[in-house]
Amino acid sequence: MTSPAVAAIAERYEMVVGLEVHVQLKTRTKAFCNCSSAFGAPPNTQVCPVCLALPGALPVLNVRAVELATRAAIALGCTVHGTSIFARKNYFYPDLPKGYQITQFDRPLATDGCVVIGTRADGSPITVGVTRVHMEEDAGKSIHDRYTAHTAIDLNRAGVPLIEIVSEPDMRSTVEAGAYLRVVKQILAYMDVSDVSMEAGSLRVDANVSARARGQTKLGTKTEVKNMNSFSAVERALDAEFIRQCGLLDRGEKVLQQTMLWDGATGQVRPSRSKEGSHDYRYFPEPDLPPLVLGAEWIEKVRSDLPERPAHRRQRYASDYGLSEKEIDVLAADIALSDYFEGVARQHGDAKVAGNWVMGEVSAALNARGIDIGDFRVRPADLSKLLNMVRDSMVSHSAAKRIFAIMAETGNLPEQIAQREGLLIVSDDAALREWITEVMAEHPAEAARFRSGEKKLQGVLVGFVMKKSKGSADPKRVNQLLAERTGT
Amino acid sequence: MTLPGSVEGRAARLATAVCKGAPAEDAIGRSYRRSEEIGAGADGLNIVLWQDEREAQEHARSVAHRIDEGESKLPLAGVPVAIKDNIATTTLPTTCGSRILEGYVSPFEATAVARLRAAGAVVVGKTNCDEFAMGSSTEHSAYGPTRNPIDPARVPGGSSGGSAAAVAAGIVPIALGSETGGSVRQPASFCGVVGIKPTYGRVSRYGLVAFASSLDQIGVFGRTVDDAALALEVIAGRDTLDSTSADRPVHRYRYEAGTTVKGLVIGVPKEYFPASLDPGIRELCERALEILRGLGATTREVSLPHTDLAIPTYYIIAPAEASSNLARFDGVRYGLRMTGDGLQGMYEATRSSGFGAEVTRRILLGTYVLSAGYYDAYYRKAQEVRSLIAQDFLDVFAAGVDVLFTPTTPTTAFPLGAKSDPYEMYLSDIFTATANLAGVPAMSLPIGMVEGLPVGGQFIAPHFGESRMLGAAYALEGVLATQAAP
Amino acid sequence: MPVTPADVLHIAALARLGVAPERVPSLVAELNGILAHMDTLSAAKTRGVVPVSSIGAAAQPLRADGGLPYPLARSLENFVPSMREGLLLVPRLATHEEAGEGA
Repeated sequence: MTSPAVAAIAERYEMVVGLEVHVQLKTRTKAFCNCSSAFGAPPNTQVCPVCLALPGALPVLNVRAVELATRAAIALGCTVHGTSIFARKNYFYPDLPKGYQITQFDRPLATDGCVVIGTRADGSPITVGVTRVHMEEDAGKSIHDRYTAHTAIDLNRAGVPLIEIVSEPDMRSTVEAGAYLRVVKQILAYMDVSDVSMEAGSLRVDANVSARARGQTKLGTKTEVKNMNSFSAVERALDAEFIRQCGLLDRGEKVLQQTMLWDGATGQVRPSRSKEGSHDYRYFPEPDLPPLVLGAEWIEKVRSDLPERPAHRRQRYASDYGLSEKEIDVLAADIALSDYFEGVARQHGDAKVAGNWVMGEVSAALNARGIDIGDFRVRPADLSKLLNMVRDSMVSHSAAKRIFAIMAETGNLPEQIAQREGLLIVSDDAALREWITEVMAEHPAEAARFRSGEKKLQGVLVGFVMKKSKGSADPKRVNQLLAERTGT
Repeated sequence: MTLPGSVEGRAARLATAVCKGAPAEDAIGRSYRRSEEIGAGADGLNIVLWQDEREAQEHARSVAHRIDEGESKLPLAGVPVAIKDNIATTTLPTTCGSRILEGYVSPFEATAVARLRAAGAVVVGKTNCDEFAMGSSTEHSAYGPTRNPIDPARVPGGSSGGSAAAVAAGIVPIALGSETGGSVRQPASFCGVVGIKPTYGRVSRYGLVAFASSLDQIGVFGRTVDDAALALEVIAGRDTLDSTSADRPVHRYRYEAGTTVKGLVIGVPKEYFPASLDPGIRELCERALEILRGLGATTREVSLPHTDLAIPTYYIIAPAEASSNLARFDGVRYGLRMTGDGLQGMYEATRSSGFGAEVTRRILLGTYVLSAGYYDAYYRKAQEVRSLIAQDFLDVFAAGVDVLFTPTTPTTAFPLGAKSDPYEMYLSDIFTATANLAGVPAMSLPIGMVEGLPVGGQFIAPHFGESRMLGAAYALEGVLATQAAP
Repeated sequence: MPVTPADVLHIAALARLGVAPERVPSLVAELNGILAHMDTLSAAKTRGVVPVSSIGAAAQPLRADGGLPYPLARSLENFVPSMREGLLLVPRLATHEEAGEGA
């Protein structure tokens, strides 16, 4: 949603946005050594001579990182180059052990990609170009506030493989920027190359923003905006920077090329205090790594082994399951939830029912617990079983909801829960007659009126029976038996 | 060229004896006694920086134990070896001749050292070198200069001067050094020993503290060609820890001992025999060529036209890569840490205290040639010229030349302190740096003396042609030995 | 392109070398002396020549995503200048975001 402040300015000025996304690849080991790249270990326990940059250590590239990077590049529509070159980006920082980062500079892995971020009113797709995808290594973590007067460094993350995805400056609004990020995240999640979690740090975003008067073709001076740790922070930061730049332009002032930092607490961007002009990275080809040569057949194999892409899945949901656009939007958004839904749909057989339950009860249960589908105690097979029980009239719909709630809490099986809680639909006439008799005795006034011919009280009595049976009475049969009592 | 009282010259013979039961500790003990006798320590020739006799003897006993347990064919069983101090070892420090690594003991071992030890060798000491291998005289070490055992008023050459001197002094028959622009061959020439620089990628660089990554190679010194060939056999070969290490089979270099040089075509590049070449050195080279012709080789004048560009090219590429490789010495994770004003102050105080003048000069030069605005004119240009230099060799070898023969150095060992101008010192590499730039293998062996100082002759072979140059070297050495024998 | 004192101070800062001001003049002279010799390179004809970027193995070998981490013969405490609770310590950066590029 565009804020009113931005909407007003946007009549006179156009926002031009390019985004750089850094993504951690989900390999078992780091880019250049065998240290584990897993998150969460005690500090400096996943280190070795190579990622510590001890004198004499040398890098050797992880093949899985190359596979995942190639997969990502293909899924983003890029041309993957048969030969690419690694380079050194030289600068001093305590969490950069070698004093340089191994990255790619003028011969990256892939270039010239494109993603579709939406559709225009006339049906044409809105696209954003992907300038390049290249491979590089992550730095360690610097913790500034833990000890007075010191910065603490954890090098577990140093050397974890990353890809950097650079977009063309094709986005013209915060909405488009947000859409681009969501599409890219979804593609990468579907491709299973990364956990793409901004919270966990496996997806990071830097933005390049400039403003120009509407109708102008020349690009304005751009600033780099950093330190945004969620998609909404990106959106808010872009708005704030756009407003700031337009304010300057309105006053006839120049926009300085600088790095701006987003401050989520105050909702403002402010200039970074680092010295400008000190960023001469002195890139040169990495002499410790010969060129990365990928054969055409190898690249082709990665392409043909690509997991199903989001667009394809959406199509399949429409044609195979007959789901609506809106339903597909919800069910295909997150790959894990989508896989869950399909598990239920395939085992139960009715995709609509499965979809409703996943969008409804399952999502509500996840939200209530603040967990992801990966941590949900109800397995697709179990939910499918519950849905079968409803279909086969073994439990009523309302009972099923109660059973589901218990399954979500305990992870137990629906049949067991239904039995233990007495929720199995009781169709046994003797039991039903007994309940009817009890209800009649407990509600003599209604019973009398019903017996004397007030048919509309049948529903009320059925309700009492349902309540007494805790929902397990078969309502159809109860109705039939009650009808008999009136002799009609 | 054997100094009196030396350890025996044939490592192979020693290893065979030890495998057959000769006590491994004996040769190790003799090495330490020789070291004391010749004054290899700081108040003498300053050849050895770090040593631990007790630990070495313990290791010798473990080698003997392995032989007892059935490992009967260890090629370097019980052979004492010295390691240049820029190659990582886990029991002795690795300081690279610098204050910035004073006391640093590496928690991992270089592959080349591991292979020597797996072959039964015993490391008896780490040898002095120019700081971070930057130098041609071993006068730029933070731990003082090394003196040439032949004439202690003179330099042993550099940067691997300590290792060359250790072999020359008879402390060890084999030592490891490193080459970037000639740092094994030039000291080998100055000290009268054999020195080999392998093809780039022939020997793993894992554990060699990087100076210029695209030029560095671990090289070997030997008392004789056989010692050096044996050491090379043991350390050469693919290492999965080094992405630049070549996946090529390692030949049995010692087998070249018997090959004939009949029919061998030896190229003599005119650019290495300028009019200004010392007449004594020229005469010895011509005598060597004469000997080779006498054995059936033919010699032919050839040209390597871009030779004069080698020093400028080298002194752009090497410092550029060095400026990047030495950025890791920042006081954060190991080595010297000095305090200053905050983090940047720590970096600057550490690096200004820890690095000597030559290293500082080269880092500045390297940073400059890579910096914005200068990269194309200097670094990129130098890499293009390097291509031309490499092509010179390819062309000559493609034209039917088997090996090249040249003097190793333009002079004999110069006096300590003689070369104060940095560029003048750089010119010592004039005949050696081309091979590093092209990546081709080259070696120096003693071919005589001029005014009591050793002179080295150099063979240069095509990529992975170590066998060819060793064959010629063995043959030449054999004849020279018979001529020198009293 | 002669090197100036300002150049020397700039590249010394880039390289975190902490060069004392009194040394600058001699460094300027030394560097210019060396660079003067490098001018022969600019005369060399290199049009169309591919610069060497790798003189060794033709293509980069790739490592399997697994295997044991490379061991350290002694733990970090043995060689790290300053550690606390498993973390490496350095003086606090004057401005946190200074030049840091890794997230």
